[in-house]
Amino acid sequence: MSASSHKTFRHGVHPPEQKDDTKDLPIRQFPFAPSLAVPLSQHIGKPARPVVREGQEVRRGQLIAEPDGVMSVAMHAPASGTVKRIGLLPGGSGMVPGIWIAPFPGSTQEVTEGTPVHPDTASPQEILQAIQRAGVVGLGGAAFPTHVKLTVPAGKVIDTVIINGVECEPYLTTDHRVMLEQDADIFHGIRYLLRLTGAPRCIIGVESNKPDAVAHLQARVPAGLPVTVEMVPVKYPQGAEKMLITALLGREVPSGGLPSDVGVVVVNVATTAEIGRLLPHGGGIQERVITIGGPGVKKKGNYRIPIGTPLRFLLETVGVEDDLTTVFLGGPMMGRAATSLDLSITKGTSGVIAFTKRQTGKEAQAREYPCIRCGECVEACPIFLNPSQLGLLARVGRYEEMASDFHLLDCFECGSCSFVCPAHIPLVHRFRVAKAAVRKERAAAASKQAAQKEVERVKAEHT
Amino acid sequence: MSGLDKTLLVSSSPHVRKGRAVDRIMFEVMLALLPAVAWSLWSFGLGALFTLLTAIAASVLAEHLACRMVGRPSTVRDGSAMLTGLLFGLTLPPGLALWMVVVGAFIAIFLGKALFGGLGYNPFNPALVGRAVMQATFPVAMTTWVASTAPERFTRLPSTTLAWPLTQPVVDVVSGPTPLSAWKFSHQATDAADLFMGSTMGSAGETSALLILLGGVYLVGRKVMGWRIPVTILATVAVVSGALWLWDPTTYASPWFHLFSGGLMLGAVFMATDMVGSPMTHTGVVLYGILIGVLVVVIRTWAGMPEGVMYAILLGNALAPHLDRLIQPRVYGTTRKGKAP
Repeated sequence: MSASSHKTFRHGVHPPEQKDDTKDLPIRQFPFAPSLAVPLSQHIGKPARPVVREGQEVRRGQLIAEPDGVMSVAMHAPASGTVKRIGLLPGGSGMVPGIWIAPFPGSTQEVTEGTPVHPDTASPQEILQAIQRAGVVGLGGAAFPTHVKLTVPAGKVIDTVIINGVECEPYLTTDHRVMLEQDADIFHGIRYLLRLTGAPRCIIGVESNKPDAVAHLQARVPAGLPVTVEMVPVKYPQGAEKMLITALLGREVPSGGLPSDVGVVVVNVATTAEIGRLLPHGGGIQERVITIGGPGVKKKGNYRIPIGTPLRFLLETVGVEDDLTTVFLGGPMMGRAATSLDLSITKGTSGVIAFTKRQTGKEAQAREYPCIRCGECVEACPIFLNPSQLGLLARVGRYEEMASDFHLLDCFECGSCSFVCPAHIPLVHRFRVAKAAVRKERAAAASKQAAQKEVERVKAEHT
Repeated sequence: MSGLDKTLLVSSSPHVRKGRAVDRIMFEVMLALLPAVAWSLWSFGLGALFTLLTAIAASVLAEHLACRMVGRPSTVRDGSAMLTGLLFGLTLPPGLALWMVVVGAFIAIFLGKALFGGLGYNPFNPALVGRAVMQATFPVAMTTWVASTAPERFTRLPSTTLAWPLTQPVVDVVSGPTPLSAWKFSHQATDAADLFMGSTMGSAGETSALLILLGGVYLVGRKVMGWRIPVTILATVAVVSGALWLWDPTTYASPWFHLFSGGLMLGAVFMATDMVGSPMTHTGVVLYGILIGVLVVVIRTWAGMPEGVMYAILLGNALAPHLDRLIQPRVYGTTRKGKAP
């Protein structure tokens, strides 16, 4: 193996990995819920526009909502059934538009109504459109529309496509299983990505706690495909694209910039596999692989689950411990605590992890101390901010100073600072609040300025 | 499904923590001080025992009262006052009158800590603030040293210990100079091996360099403390005093004498490393260490007093916030000036 495990980024933390329970469990199909609630806003950007009506029968894989503008992707029916209702349903942060589907009993043949696209003949534009029509968003958790990410700005040259198989979040083993079970899809997806970006090479970055995945992929790289598989040491948040770029290539994405500024595009490995699986047939995403785990659930495992599966059905199916206290969507470092069991699985849900009293009891008791300036957060922050200083400013609401003098807006909320803080200060939480406040303030200032300009212009016209 | 019929706990991510709280850190530091404490009890007997216990009890009481006075919940349980008391006690001469110990502990907590807002806001190491005030207020008592390993140390207290305020105690203890004052005032060198092992006179906790180092190695190993501060201070002292000694070995003391005598080891390992008063960045910490190291040698060699560790660290504490202001790490994806390239 040509694994070079010395490559990494600086700083970062080592949360307990907790992957042993599920990493060896093959991906299984999850049953259909009696009712699927498909949010049309599953990603950053605009919700998709429904193209079905209530009462209509749809078939699995059928387009049910089309992209509404550039920052939007298509939605496909996760099951054959009847559209029960189109309206608002509970989402991660408030109500979002959605479509309820009541699946028919028994599974049915998937339909693929899109246009198949071939990686060697299609133009980059055709591939981009196919990705958008297939409803592909970043499956690593951010759920950013993939076609937007892959649109290389004019004048930028991409020399490397990085496939992100790091999966640095504790408990999650979906990317791990996808790498072991869907190698052909991954390599086929890479063909599209290389064609699309014009990049001459591709690196698959995998953390060293998945040596089997590295060996598996290395042994199966198709002849002639310029792909290398590289191992990076285990460290959180290496799965963040900036960190992975630095780990593999030693380049730093400029503050406020994009990976394409340093000639790189990073795509999650499961997203790549979906591209490779869907584009040859013109299908769309109707399910995704998730890890269901944590001490609060019984039948832990990796499942291919229909999008729109309600959390309550999911947990009832796998069984939960009586003393379950918290369920979160995604991993424990960056995932969001579920506010309700009526939420449903979206394309961005990489896992459902449940904790019991034993884990959360400690957390609840952990009282907050004053900052003792120990500097652990400074040692942890992967982008070299001073969370201690930022935390003090946040406490007194000096948000603008945090942004102008201490690079608040560079924070990507990995939570390493909160993880290490011996004083239990909810640092990253305060930074989220501060970032939102600064953005709001700046937007308000900008619109005020624009309004003033307009007033002056009108005044000038009248004099 | 009984497990699901309940209100879910909702919190902000991250949902897991490393799990070493402030009180745990304080406990670890106290644990690391145990060898030095044990040595202190062995060499100075009841005198050291009473000094340390009084210092701890008075500090904890002072912390509790300070919190009550401003109407805050008592912060005694975070362990920081206990640690301050222990460190303060270790810097005192073992025969010091107990009422003075109490006064010093109150000064340490009130003036050194509570006045600034309590734990985390104190710019100076509280134990050293207490000691500095004591040194200025009771210069004679603070430099009256009882003999190490006196035969009757486990059966009777030094007569000075129980002296009442404003009385002149009959000094019947065998006292003598510390190695540093012996060198400073009568140019008498002490064997480096004695210094290292600790069979000399001095403050309760400063005599055995070896045992203090042991505690330091434990803390670094447990990742409670960084190695940079103690190592830069000790290295700077060694280099500066070594250069002077090579220049003129008859006037200047040897580097190993400097390293292992007085409060340097205790100061470098347990005082200068106080998180609140030291800088946070690696560069800041190294500059801080160099500054303290240079000051130690300068004060010991040219100032009017034999020992300079305390003032060197207090001056370092005063500069630490400024070092942090000046030396911000370069943020990822920006240039040194903080702009995107």
